[in-house]
Amino acid sequence: MTVPYYVSPEQLMKDRADFARKGIARGRSVVAVQYADGIAFVGENPSQALHKISEIYDRIAFAAVGRYNEFENLRIAGVRLADLRGYSYDRTDVTGRGLANAYAQTLGTIFSSGGEKPYEIEIFVAEVGERPEADQIYRLTYDGSVADEHGYAVMGGSAELVGTYLEEHFQPAQGLEDVLQVAVDALGHDGQQVRRLHAEHLEVAVLDRTRSQPRKFKRVTARRLTELFGSANGPANGPAETTTPPPSPSPPADDGEQDPPPIG
Amino acid sequence: MAFLTPGSSSFSDFLSVHAPDLLPGRRTSPAGSVGNEVPHGTTIVAATFPGGVVMAGDRRATMGNVIAQRDIEKVYPADEYSCVGIAGSAGLAVEMVRLFQTELEHYEKIEGMTLSMDGKANRLATLVRGSLPMAMQGLAAVPLFAGFDLRAGGGRIFSYDVTGGRYEETAFHAVGSGSVFARGSLKKLYREDLSELECVMAALQALYDAADDDSATGGPDMARRIFPVVAVVTEEGYTRVADAEVGRVADEVVSGRMRRPDGPPAPLS
Repeated sequence: MTVPYYVSPEQLMKDRADFARKGIARGRSVVAVQYADGIAFVGENPSQALHKISEIYDRIAFAAVGRYNEFENLRIAGVRLADLRGYSYDRTDVTGRGLANAYAQTLGTIFSSGGEKPYEIEIFVAEVGERPEADQIYRLTYDGSVADEHGYAVMGGSAELVGTYLEEHFQPAQGLEDVLQVAVDALGHDGQQVRRLHAEHLEVAVLDRTRSQPRKFKRVTARRLTELFGSANGPANGPAETTTPPPSPSPPADDGEQDPPPIG
Repeated sequence: MAFLTPGSSSFSDFLSVHAPDLLPGRRTSPAGSVGNEVPHGTTIVAATFPGGVVMAGDRRATMGNVIAQRDIEKVYPADEYSCVGIAGSAGLAVEMVRLFQTELEHYEKIEGMTLSMDGKANRLATLVRGSLPMAMQGLAAVPLFAGFDLRAGGGRIFSYDVTGGRYEETAFHAVGSGSVFARGSLKKLYREDLSELECVMAALQALYDAADDDSATGGPDMARRIFPVVAVVTEEGYTRVADAEVGRVADEVVSGRMRRPDGPPAPLS
C-alpha cells in the first residue's frame, strides 16, 4: 500500500494559483477605461464571432481573458442571474455589485474546492452610472478576489506593462476617440517591441450612458474601428504607427511566459 | 448549480428548471371561473404599411360592468424590432409580456444575435400555450404580435388563439372584444399604399369604431386627454408615437365624427 504524500494547504493553494496564472498569462490583455460618456472595453481578438466582451444587462457589461469555455460559462450564468433578478424584481434591481459578488463566490468556491481545477480566467464586471462618479469597474481573478478599479483596469497576459502605459497616458473624462486611442496604444505596449494593432484584430464595446435605450451596451463596429485605427492592408493613420519603441528597460518579472497563442 | 449548467438559450426553459413557480402557466389555481372579477384589457389593432407596421390599443380595462382602469397600456415593445399587444386578463397579459420581452433579450444576449421574426412568433406561441389551463378558467390572454422583419424587409403581423395557434395575418388584424368592429372598419379604410401617418389614422379610426359598438373598448377620452397607445415599427426599430402626436390625430378623428358619426365613407364600387 502506498502512503499518500502530504501536501500542505499553503503549497496546494500556491500550486493552484500558479497553474491559473500561467494559463492567464498566455493570453492577450483586455482593458476597461472610463471616458466622459461611459466605459469602453478594448481587447485584442482575432475572432469576430467568439467575443471576449459582452452585454449582461441594461447597464452592465462583462469582459474576460483566459480559457474561452470557462469564461463563456460564467458569462451565460451572469446573463441568467441578471435576467432572473430583473424578471422577478425589477430592472433597476440588477446591479454590477451583486453580479460581481456572485462571480466572486463562484470563482472562490471553484478555486478552493479540491475536485475541480481552478478557472484560468480573469473577468471585468462594469456598470455605467447616470454620472461618471457612479461608474463601477470590478476586476475578478481566478481565486475569487475582487478589486474595485477606478479610471482604468487591465487584465490578462501583460497586464503590468499595459497598466504602466495607461498609468502614464490615461486621462479622465476624455472623448471616446481619444480614450480608444490610448487604450489601443496601451495594448500595443505589451512587450519589448511596440506593436501596432489593426482594426480587424480589435474587439471594442462601450457602455454609453448617453444612449436613449435602456440597454447601454454597444459594440463599436469594424468600419468605425478601421476609420480610427486603419486596417492591415489599408492606409494606416493612427498615432500608434508613429510611436517609436521606447527603450523598454526590463521584461516583467511576472509569470514569464509571453508567447501569444491565437485566442486567449 | 443551475446557472452554470449548459443548456438552452431560452429564459423560460431556464425558469422551468430553476424557478418553475415564476412561469405563468405552472400555477394550479382553484376550480371555477373568475373571469368577471379581474380587469380585462380589450381591443388591439395592427396594420402594415410599406415601411413597417403600426399597432394601437385602447386604454380601457373592464371588470364586468365596471371600468377598472382608464389609462392601462396594452401595447409594449417586445424588442428593438417588434411589439406586442395583449387582450384579455390584464394581470396575465402584463406577466406574459414581461416574460416574452425577457425571453427575446435573453436569447439575444446569449447567442449574440436576435431571433428571426418567425422564431419570435413561435416562441410567443409557446408562452400562450403554457397558460392554457388558466384560459380554461376564464383567464385568457391573447396576444397580437407585429414587427419589422429585417430579412424579409417589411412589416409582419401574427395573431394567436388560446391554444397557442399562431397565424400570420396579411395587411391588418385586431384582437379583443371590440376586434370584430375594428376589423370591419379597417376592411373599409385600409389600403396597401398608406403612409405611416395615414396608417396611424386608420388604426385610430378602427379603435373609434370598436369603442362605438363595444362597451368594453374605450374611445379617445377628450376630457382627460387619454388617447390610445400607438407603436410604429420600421427598419429604424420600435418607436412609440408621442402622446401629443396621437392627440392631434385623435382630435382629427373626433372632429370628423362630429360631421359624420359613422366615420369616413368608403367608395361603393
